[in-house]
Amino acid sequence: MKETLRFKLNGKPVSLQVDPDRTLLWVLRYDLKLTGPKYGCGEALCGACTVVLDRQAVRSCSVQMRDVAGKEVTTIEGLEQNGQLHPLQEAFVKHDALQCGYCTPGMIMNAYGLLLNNPQPTRSQIIEHMEGNLCRCGAHMLIVEAIETAAKHMGGRTQ
Amino acid sequence: MKIFDDKLRSLEEENQERDFSDLIDDPGPAFPLDRREFLKLVGGGILIFCTMPRSFAQEGGRRGGHSLPEDFNAFLRIGEDGRVTGYTGKIEMGQGIITSLAQMLADELDVSYDSVHMVMGDTALCPWDRGTFGSMTTRFFGPPFRAAAAEAKAVLVELASEKLGVPKERLKTRDGAVYVVGGSRKVTYAELTKGKRILRRIKGVPVETAADFEIIGEPEIRRDGVDKVTGRAQYAGDVKEPGMLCARILRPPAHGARLVSVDTSGAKEVEGVEVVHEGDLVAVLHPDPEAAEKALGKIKAMFDKPQPYADDKTIFEHLLKVAPAGEVVAEGGNLAEGLKAADYIVDETFLNSYVAHSPMEPHTALAKMDGNKLTIWPSTQTPFPLQDAAASLLGMLSANVRVITPFVGGGFGGKSAIRQALEAARLAKLTGKPIQVAWSRAEEFFYDTFRPAAVVRIKAGVTKAGLLTYWDYGVYYAGSRGSEQFYNIPNHRTMSYGSGWTAPQSAHPFATGPWRAPGNNTNTHARESHIDMLAAKVGMDPIEFRLRNLRDERMQAVLRAAADKFGWKPAKSPSGRGLGVACGTDVGAVVAHIAEVAVDKKTGHVQVKRVVCAQEMGLCINPEGARIQMEGCITMGMGYALTEEVKFTGGDIHTHNFDTYTIPRFSWLPEIETVIVDAKDKPAQGGGEPAVICMGAVVANAVYDATGVRLFQLPMTPERVKAALSRA
Ligand code: FES
Ligand code: FES
Repeated sequence: MKETLRFKLNGKPVSLQVDPDRTLLWVLRYDLKLTGPKYGCGEALCGACTVVLDRQAVRSCSVQMRDVAGKEVTTIEGLEQNGQLHPLQEAFVKHDALQCGYCTPGMIMNAYGLLLNNPQPTRSQIIEHMEGNLCRCGAHMLIVEAIETAAKHMGGRTQ
Repeated sequence: MKIFDDKLRSLEEENQERDFSDLIDDPGPAFPLDRREFLKLVGGGILIFCTMPRSFAQEGGRRGGHSLPEDFNAFLRIGEDGRVTGYTGKIEMGQGIITSLAQMLADELDVSYDSVHMVMGDTALCPWDRGTFGSMTTRFFGPPFRAAAAEAKAVLVELASEKLGVPKERLKTRDGAVYVVGGSRKVTYAELTKGKRILRRIKGVPVETAADFEIIGEPEIRRDGVDKVTGRAQYAGDVKEPGMLCARILRPPAHGARLVSVDTSGAKEVEGVEVVHEGDLVAVLHPDPEAAEKALGKIKAMFDKPQPYADDKTIFEHLLKVAPAGEVVAEGGNLAEGLKAADYIVDETFLNSYVAHSPMEPHTALAKMDGNKLTIWPSTQTPFPLQDAAASLLGMLSANVRVITPFVGGGFGGKSAIRQALEAARLAKLTGKPIQVAWSRAEEFFYDTFRPAAVVRIKAGVTKAGLLTYWDYGVYYAGSRGSEQFYNIPNHRTMSYGSGWTAPQSAHPFATGPWRAPGNNTNTHARESHIDMLAAKVGMDPIEFRLRNLRDERMQAVLRAAADKFGWKPAKSPSGRGLGVACGTDVGAVVAHIAEVAVDKKTGHVQVKRVVCAQEMGLCINPEGARIQMEGCITMGMGYALTEEVKFTGGDIHTHNFDTYTIPRFSWLPEIETVIVDAKDKPAQGGGEPAVICMGAVVANAVYDATGVRLFQLPMTPERVKAALSRA
């Protein structure tokens, strides 16, 4: 049964006629035509689909639309501000913290969720928080470095 | 699924990587694309056709009448705005060639690096290419690509000389322009080419040598970085066409299962669903993949499953039983003499399980028919072979099929298999609509062409003084890559039985294929474990033992470089320190690894704490890119060493997702240090695979050094480590 659901996506209000049973990842990718959130496993096992929902990093492949209503969704597309890359994006580029780049939006969004709640994480907190995000290309070491750099650069700010 | 499967099997076998060293220097017909067509597609600008020396005919080979161009090639274009486009049939899947090829082009052409744009893996625009695998881009595509740029620059200087009325000797090039030496006059490449199409050739223009390099050899960060951190980079699943439908396809419960009956009526009742049933193909289509998935669940199907003949435990016995006759890879001296001369003999068997590629992006493709023309946007390592395969499957002309390859989300050999793209093509032809086939993770595990399970048997002897006397080596199913030993052993024989994916049909219950550095992971694991056992037998430090038995200077150099970086202190193994050593060679490069591990004797868990890797790969185009590839290899390699193993009963694959197939994670991360041994004057070799080959052995040797217990089977799962410890 379709319902009208309202939520905020990357700062802008959205109102959608959708079945609340549907999954956020597919609505983002097919209805809203975003390309950042990726499918990697469909079962909350890889993190490729990570987005931030009300300041928490979540696996969009395992979130139903009914749980999105009235909330704020941030995807990788929402991080750039006025054409300026977010410090995390900047650091990923500078550290070459990616290869194929397929895991990258999920990595950055999960790190973004971490910094929102813990702006100055230790290296082991970063590793622990990122544990569920998989990267087959083996960019892990540089990803950790990039997150450390971004956190330092942001100097305790969360945005 | 029989008909499609059979057709696919033959198409995919065609498409699989082989050992093609024999095909180098085998020129075939020229660039297939008609020149006029090409100009139409790329628009105006100067187009350089150049002559390639015969040795550049490279990876060509005569495959379906194609080869990389020998006579006339089109590799680059200089636009009227001064921007330069490089064309390659290779694809970007993370290995970083979008960056290193642009470096080559900019350097040879003398244009700014930022003015270069790469077009990759588009069959309508790029020169024919066999596929992106085997670390061949830098080694074999690089030379003709650089030669094309060098020739283009020579043509531009000639044109400038005519335009400025100044002899060529007084001209020099810089930053996309030709300057008069000592004067202020100049003409830009863009001014020279404006409104003109020039087809001029100059034969025999040399490429730059190391002394001339300005951009080659300099570390560059990825040029696709910004697109990839913003989510703008398009992968196959991100390409959308109006009216596109997502397909979910009925899958058999096991490989070899036959569809007996099917009832699709339940699926047809779902709103907006279209059901396709043609022969062996049953698919449901819907604009929303989730709705398609739900409808697929309403299909009732009966399959005939064949009797399984092996599972993940019994497979090795089975493989040995059906092993075909062996081929001699290398031999010399006399094994009997070597046996006589030996003071100690070590006779062991090593096992490797099936390993999945599991790129984070599963196989995906969009296909669209437009009149009699088909366009496919796939995640693939082999766009040109796919073009031919799709044409052959659908009874079309190859010329009417265009493959445009977006960014590929990891391949590692697995995306040389093109099944998903052929499925999309077939459905697009049947329905006339744009069709996306995006495999689920379970489908990815089911249809992956796994790294073959393999067995290696080695008998070898050594004198008390630590000199190897003989080496009797047999590898089953992994293939010969990396099997040829490089130690100084007077009496040796290396045999290969059933080389990988060309094994007999009855061997593997499912498809197998090339996996990053195919065969070499298995061979290096066995060889370097065995060498360590021999070193331990004579009570010698494993590095000293290797150096004593090595004549190859490059190998000695990387071993020394790794030892230096690590701060190696000689000791015989097991020393209790948990340190391991291994070395090997792949795609022309040599590597040496030293690792430190900690073994939890209670749980059997192995933590790799530190890895040092030294690699010599000839001229290194982009040291930054090479370093990242090496780190990636080390990280990825820990997976096949410690956890990665496909579980199955016959053709029924029990591994469906990452909860039962563990790949390396953040918490595994060792300290990684890489050393690139400089060899600028030597030809460029492969850099994206070598550092993965030692990971099995270096970890196994370190585990032995820590515990005194040796594991002979990969992966060294906690269960296997615990079992080995309790046996000791
Ligand atoms: S796709 Fe959502 S966690 Fe893997
Ligand atoms: S960069 Fe390829 S999966 Fe992480």
